[in-house]
Amino acid sequence: MCLGIPGQIVKITDETRLMALADVSGVKREVNIAPVLTGAIEALIGKWALIHVGFAMAIIDEDEAAATLKALHDLGETQEAHEAMAAGDRALEAGA
Amino acid sequence: MKYAEEFRDPKAAKALLARIAELTDEIGATKEKPVYIMEICGGHTHAIFRYGLDKLTPEGVEFIHGPGCPVCVLPMARVDECVEIAERPEVIFTTFGDAMRVPGQKKSLMQAKAAGADIRMVYSPLDALELARRNPDREVVFFGLGFETTTPSTALSIQQAARENLTNFSVFCNHITVPPPIKALLDDPHMMLDGFVGPGHVSMVIGTHPYDFIAEDYGKPIVVAGFEPLDLLQSVMMVLEQIRDGRAEVENQYARVVPEHGNPVSIAAIEDVYEMRPSFEWRGLGEIDHSGLKIREKYRAFDAEEKFGIGYAAGQRSVQEPEGCACGAVMTGRLKPTGCPQFGKGCTPEMPLGALMVSSEGACAAYYQYGGARAAEAAE
Repeated sequence: MCLGIPGQIVKITDETRLMALADVSGVKREVNIAPVLTGAIEALIGKWALIHVGFAMAIIDEDEAAATLKALHDLGETQEAHEAMAAGDRALEAGA
Repeated sequence: MKYAEEFRDPKAAKALLARIAELTDEIGATKEKPVYIMEICGGHTHAIFRYGLDKLTPEGVEFIHGPGCPVCVLPMARVDECVEIAERPEVIFTTFGDAMRVPGQKKSLMQAKAAGADIRMVYSPLDALELARRNPDREVVFFGLGFETTTPSTALSIQQAARENLTNFSVFCNHITVPPPIKALLDDPHMMLDGFVGPGHVSMVIGTHPYDFIAEDYGKPIVVAGFEPLDLLQSVMMVLEQIRDGRAEVENQYARVVPEHGNPVSIAAIEDVYEMRPSFEWRGLGEIDHSGLKIREKYRAFDAEEKFGIGYAAGQRSVQEPEGCACGAVMTGRLKPTGCPQFGKGCTPEMPLGALMVSSEGACAAYYQYGGARAAEAAE
């Protein structure tokens, strides 16, 4: 919950709400890009970001992303993030 | 040195460890008279245990595990209040998974869910917003928990809810801030800390200046650190160098991610949505002045405390911690996790009695998970 996880921004999905699709270790997830938006929104496509609970919080370079992913993987945090994302998807359907 | 082989760059790890050993000697720190370095962040605590850094560093360096695990410092009364909100029939209660197993006085959120309350684990407050959009006849409440890393996410979500005029979304705000408990610890006459390893991702949001008081007012070094084992070793080295030189500065080892002034969009959202409470209760640390956030008046429609008349809005209700639980003493460094009589007996990660056993970032859970394996290896 506290550690960000690197993800690559692949597509802008909602320019008004500042949402984009990010690839987080193979899992695609919609994230908010407001905190890292400093110029044209399209310029973010292809960039790596540290993603915290659905928000891109910092732009990082590819090497930093790879090193961070390795450290998070060792700590079991990558799997934890993927499970949390899946739980979030289930929550939208459960009990509906 | 077995664990050092696991590092991305074992050579660099060995060089750093050698330098740390030299500095420890230069300072004159020994097992009997160690330097005490607190890692503030629970993620760092987890990494230190995962890589066995506390065993790889000299005996003259002792890590004290700080209060930076948000579920660990969550008072029982707040869990009780979550359950109270969640059990209302109109409510869909949403939370990060980390909070599900934290024991309340009667039950945890997990137990309340099993008993029929509509409680859903989500990844992001944005999931809760979407639930509110899809369920206009239900009240969707998000449990706002965590330090400055998660605070922007709820602030930005509340701003979004306001823009959309959502009337069935609210946040039960229990956000806390990192600097005040550090000040409280430094003010404690029994605390013997020589330096700090500062949190990485919190600092990515707030920058490094909120720690200036640690160096300027208390004369203690602090180094903001990344999460890779080499980051942590380098940061420990930097803290030791400051101690040897008699310096007290705020240094940034993690500058590749942490800007000096933090993330401006996040800081602006936090300031727009939240204000400081006069004081807030921390598990194990008690009431700390100006350490918790409250939703501002202009966003009161999104404040679950106002909406349901619960929590700090309804006055204090302190609850005693469970009998035999020594979380408070462990959290302030007065007791090692293994010194608690309940450790591994009445309190395990599967059946936690105290909050430090719940999260992988809690000191007790880290000891439990990695302590056994390390003890066995030492015996070999």
